[in-house]
Amino acid sequence: MSEERSGASILVESLVAQGVEFVFGYPGGAVLPIYDALFGDARIRHILVRHEAGAAHAAEGYARSTGKPGVVLVTSGPGATNAVTGIADAFMDSIPLVVITGQVPTGLIGSDAFQEADTVGITRHCTKHNYLVKDPSELAAIVDEAFQIATTGRPGPVVIDIPKDVQIALASWTAGPPQRPIRYNPPTTGASRDIARAIELLANAKAPIFYTGGGVINSGPRAAELLRELQEKTGAPLTSTLMGLGAFPADHPDWLGMLGMHGTYEANMAMNRADLIVAIGARFDDRVTGRLDAFSPHSTKIHIDIDRASINKTVPVDLPILGDCALVLEQLIEAWGSRKAQDLTEWKARIDGWRARKSLAYPVNKHAIMPQLAIERLFELTRAKDPIIATEVGQHQMWAAQYFHFFGPNKWLTSGGLGTMGYGLPAAIGAQLGNPDSLVIDIAGDASIQMNIQELGTATQFRLPVKVFVLNNEWMGMVRQWQELTYESRYSESYSDSLPDFVKLAEAYGWKGIRIESEADLDAGIQAMIDHPGPVIVDCLVAKEANCFPMIPSGAAHTDMILYGDEVAGTMDDAAKALV
Amino acid sequence: MMKIKHEASERHVLTITVDNEAGILAKIAGLFTARGYNIDSLTVADITENHAVSRITIVTHGPPAVIDQIHAQLDRLVPVHKVVDLTEAGPHVERELALVKVAGTGDARVEALRLADVFRAKVVDTTTSSFVFELTGTPDKIDRFVSLMRELGLVEVGRTGVVGMMRGAEAA
Repeated sequence: MSEERSGASILVESLVAQGVEFVFGYPGGAVLPIYDALFGDARIRHILVRHEAGAAHAAEGYARSTGKPGVVLVTSGPGATNAVTGIADAFMDSIPLVVITGQVPTGLIGSDAFQEADTVGITRHCTKHNYLVKDPSELAAIVDEAFQIATTGRPGPVVIDIPKDVQIALASWTAGPPQRPIRYNPPTTGASRDIARAIELLANAKAPIFYTGGGVINSGPRAAELLRELQEKTGAPLTSTLMGLGAFPADHPDWLGMLGMHGTYEANMAMNRADLIVAIGARFDDRVTGRLDAFSPHSTKIHIDIDRASINKTVPVDLPILGDCALVLEQLIEAWGSRKAQDLTEWKARIDGWRARKSLAYPVNKHAIMPQLAIERLFELTRAKDPIIATEVGQHQMWAAQYFHFFGPNKWLTSGGLGTMGYGLPAAIGAQLGNPDSLVIDIAGDASIQMNIQELGTATQFRLPVKVFVLNNEWMGMVRQWQELTYESRYSESYSDSLPDFVKLAEAYGWKGIRIESEADLDAGIQAMIDHPGPVIVDCLVAKEANCFPMIPSGAAHTDMILYGDEVAGTMDDAAKALV
Repeated sequence: MMKIKHEASERHVLTITVDNEAGILAKIAGLFTARGYNIDSLTVADITENHAVSRITIVTHGPPAVIDQIHAQLDRLVPVHKVVDLTEAGPHVERELALVKVAGTGDARVEALRLADVFRAKVVDTTTSSFVFELTGTPDKIDRFVSLMRELGLVEVGRTGVVGMMRGAEAA
């Protein structure tokens, strides 16, 4: 039976119908009708952030840690533009978000009205799709389609811009799934001929390697199980991108660690020397490939991806398989049948040779805590709790990727593609809401944490026991590291001057603050953080000059890694400097 | 010293059928600028009775790998139904319409009219000292006509850009 409802009310019903538990948002003039419709509605919990960027990142953290879409609600103009960084971040890292933005009333659009911004125009190229809703009668179908687009195929953010008059105007509404044409049909299973060819290549490879990415996580926990099964059948070693960490257990003997710019020596060497690369849900990002013309020169390449545009984008592949990771892995396992794995003894012996370089080794420091050690201790002391780890962006992020180890999907939240400082704290908040019983830790740097530090208040308000572990070296460490490598240590603006007292700051927000100043206090400090039932900031003072190695410098090949102890200071030619 | 490198490129004609919704043209044109692709010409008009679907023809150029990316990037836009690379797909026709204004008197005027006849251009407006010619053909034919008119008092040119279609009985 249909009834007359306001646009705002139809929106709320549509969100409930999608199973939305949380909306991350911030009110303002152009969304007041929606906030009024949410008032007193116990079906949806609104999480009030302190800045709209925080709303978008919190929704990302929720989505990444639960596999469900994150929902954001912000006002027009600055509300929408503040959310854009999070939307762009979700677009790069394929995170399903539905972002609802208020807009000035239809009649005022284009008049430079108060808090007007062309949200649909601004978000056009950082969303998977976006809508400007002109009539409340379209809303139910649009919301339904938006969730389908955000969550299927290669996931991503979808923006629904709703003018204020459309929120207020009435339209007829009927309970139940809205009638709409299905116009988005992403690929699902791979073509059987391609599957057969892939199996033939896998079965005959002498030096195969799996190179897996965030697509395996996005495909759901089943994909991670299937990945392990296929790996067991074939015996091929496995490396992963930053976004793919957790899809394969880090204690497995065939785990090579992360690959790429700050990946392990064994992972990068194995990629370079492999005769077959099976890329699964990874997109050959420049941080992974290093110098393109030297990238894995002798390998046949199979690329399994749901996004046709990711295939042959930077690296030409021999066998593309379009489809969902889990479904294609299932097909591959079935097609493998009862074959015997190749004898890969020789290949694995070569890999052991590269492992023996111990590329993650770092020097002992008697005077200060090495940041790598801090992460190792954090990992050891929290391991039994199977924590969810968020990060900001910079050296601490790479150290976390290298020295924290993951054993299952959806435990690792980081901004990979866009590299957004300020992602981690709000992402941890979103993850804690979606996983109330988990230990959620944001591993941060002293510079990054300040980019969305206002969200400390959000955690306080919603009684979220998130932990922030700051590796404080008083630098924008990754910037300083690049200046050391590329610009003869001219440290232009990379010093973190006038840092706040993080312990006092924590206390000001009602958090607990802990400072760790020496290695002797490290374990006790971490344990005190774990044991405290509420939110905690740990200000861990670390060796200021430590750098993040191994590293493939800008413009270099996988085989040209710098390890700790190599002479690195100096300058680079212009072509290398011009690379990102 | 670092120099910016340029790669050899080829010309391709793409036809794109899309939902006729607000912002679709901006989305497609913006995709080209955002990813650094080239647009040589772009035409768009709705092609269905209920005005629900439009057909866009884009002439672009780029290295083969870039052309393939353009195809894939267009294909993944939600309102895009179908992308056909006519250049890749095989024999096809390309047509463009131009309006060409030429002013002059005496021999130049006579010669312009005579050449227009050779090119099968129609006179759609005239004064005692000017013509507006309407000409349909391949972009190349129009280029040649315009270049001849340049010597005979060319005032103004308007071109629609290319529309294209596969030869034969089937839809592309």
